[in-house]
Amino acid sequence: MQGNEACAEGAFYAGCRFFAGYPITPSTEVMEIAAARLPKMGGVFIQMEDEIASISAIIGGSLGGQKSMTATSGPGFSLMQEGLGFACMAEVPCVIVNVMRSGPSTGFPTGPSQSDVMQARWGTHGDHPAIVLTPASVQELFYETVRAFNLSEQYRMPVILLYDEIVGHMREAITIPAPGEVEVIDRARPSCAPHEYKPYDTYHGDVAPLAAYGDGYRFHVTGLYHGADGFPTNNTKLIEETGQRLLRKVDNNRDKICKNEELYLDDAEIGIFAYGVSAKSAKFAVKELRKKGIKAGLLRPMTIWPFPENAVEELSKQVKTIIVPEMNLGQIVYEVERVAQGRCEVKGVLRADTEPIKPAQIIESITGNGFFTASSKMSELMVDRDMLDG
Amino acid sequence: MSTQTEETRPLAKKKKKVPFNYSPYVRGGKLPHIWCPGCGHGIVLKSLLRAIQLSGLSQDDIAMVSGIGCSSRTPGYVDFNTLHTLHGRALAYATGVKLARPKLKVIVTTGDGDALAIGGNHFIHACRRNLDMVVMVYNNSIYGMTSGQSSPTTPQGTTSTTGRYGSIEPTFDTCKLAQAAGATFVARGTAYHFQELEKVLHEAIMHKGTAVIDIIDACPTYYGRFNKYKTPTEMMEKIEKEGTVSVKQAEKMSPQELEGKLLRGIIHKSDRPEYLDEYNRLLERVQKK
Ligand SMILES: Cc1ncc(C[n+]2csc(CCOP(=O)(O)OP(=O)(O)O)c2C)c(N)n1
Ligand code: SF4
Repeated sequence: MQGNEACAEGAFYAGCRFFAGYPITPSTEVMEIAAARLPKMGGVFIQMEDEIASISAIIGGSLGGQKSMTATSGPGFSLMQEGLGFACMAEVPCVIVNVMRSGPSTGFPTGPSQSDVMQARWGTHGDHPAIVLTPASVQELFYETVRAFNLSEQYRMPVILLYDEIVGHMREAITIPAPGEVEVIDRARPSCAPHEYKPYDTYHGDVAPLAAYGDGYRFHVTGLYHGADGFPTNNTKLIEETGQRLLRKVDNNRDKICKNEELYLDDAEIGIFAYGVSAKSAKFAVKELRKKGIKAGLLRPMTIWPFPENAVEELSKQVKTIIVPEMNLGQIVYEVERVAQGRCEVKGVLRADTEPIKPAQIIESITGNGFFTASSKMSELMVDRDMLDG
Repeated sequence: MSTQTEETRPLAKKKKKVPFNYSPYVRGGKLPHIWCPGCGHGIVLKSLLRAIQLSGLSQDDIAMVSGIGCSSRTPGYVDFNTLHTLHGRALAYATGVKLARPKLKVIVTTGDGDALAIGGNHFIHACRRNLDMVVMVYNNSIYGMTSGQSSPTTPQGTTSTTGRYGSIEPTFDTCKLAQAAGATFVARGTAYHFQELEKVLHEAIMHKGTAVIDIIDACPTYYGRFNKYKTPTEMMEKIEKEGTVSVKQAEKMSPQELEGKLLRGIIHKSDRPEYLDEYNRLLERVQKK
């Protein structure tokens, strides 16, 4: 099964019955599968006129009570930013898939990249929380899609699934768990009398229960700062409180949201911090380095936002160097540097020529002199793409 | 929660007038509204509430969706399921709500800038799909909320903060646009002809499919001031009363007499299949296999 297909399957498993989208490479298959499968399940599939409409429609669909999703890539994701902010502010659960492609603007549509990691965090305006998951294999994509829905329902906010073209188009055999085997979380619904319902009443915690339009709880939703009852406010204290609460929802639950994979970290002297497809090369590199007697280890975040600060901090206290391979010209490497605070050296292994980072490139950055960037001796470093599946 | 009382019975059929009771529809504590004195938005809202009552819809079964603008503040004041979205995006949100909850009657309140400029693409595609919803375009020929810039319906030659020397851009005719794009109910009303507007809105609510109503409204604060109307009343009379003719009146008028006037009333109606009906037929078809 292909990555994009596994993503759609994961969504259906999680209970997604509403998909609105607009085609763009390399995410299109997610939408095509939704178009084929959802009508059979009695769900809603609609092809909208653009990405702005798509994210708007899924927010509307979610408020109508359905678990909703859209999928896009680079330029489409840029168009969705305002809607993403709305979903944060209005606390509407939904899942947005961004299969990263290469370059600003139309760039290189069929080429992979990891260059939307900052857009996924800071693309929309204003202060807001973000949950962004970075799966690295087809099977994991399935599970992480389910987790994306669970997190969005639990924290009442948009969750972004961020992976690159290689993961999206990679084919691997996967097992789809039986219904009930993997936990599926649904948003809390109000239990109070309709006239007592306040959609942002956080009396019982930072996340309020969410009614669906048409269930008898008539409520107001706005993208303006609002009080517990959902109505606009210009009360500075309330505005500050709401902003803080939105951030707190994620900050206070970092441990539950962050999920990392670790490989040979126990005695590592050199740490590699890699996510998504680059982690596949990193894994291979770590194994090769160990064969050479070099104590390398891998920290792979499956949640890139909130940034796994605790894990990186620990790593920075333990190792001499942290290597950050990523398919962009420097994004997450600066986050690692920020958290490491000079406790160790932090080096990026970067490339943005639509070719994946090769294990040899990572190895060279450790054993050779200096580290490689986009244009470095590519012919010498070529590794077959298939190897990435290892 | 207030319930409907006898006082809320429809006026239309009664000989003896009972004052209309707006209170069940208005959210407690949310008034006064933000609209300027003399603004037509409040009159339009009154006509809408009366039309809703006439249609017998329960408040639970209505979802009101808006974009951003003065007119888009409407949902904040009324006790329905309400959604105040992003500038221009009301129709796309409304599409999501309706598809997720088909039993809801979706009413969109939007401005001329909201619907036809930033939301122009959503507007034509909503009309094309013919999903069951009522789209009320509060057309005041200007951007009210951002203090008086030109909009796609600003008449050529008139003044705004971004059309200081007279707008040179041709204007959109909301109704022609809606009809061409495929809306199956197209009408025009004005805040001045508020009783007529109530009837048109009632018919729009009863219609199954996308119903677009272009509502000629006046923004005295900006459009009126820039274009030298002395009072809101003068503005209403010139723009809404003299600037429009009913579809019936128009039949007897010559092309010369009709020049510069907008048609009022139901302009177009057809019974092309509604989107959700089509979708449900599709579901039946694919689920049989
Ligand atoms: C993306 C975006 N662009 C611009 C604005 C600023 N803005 C707010 S309301 C408005 C125009 C409103 O005019 P109209 O839709 O005609 O409604 P009115 O206020 O006249 O009722 C604009 C441009 C915004 N909120 N969002
Ligand atoms: S600015 Fe114009 S449209 Fe807005 S409330 Fe005032 S009069 Fe009405």
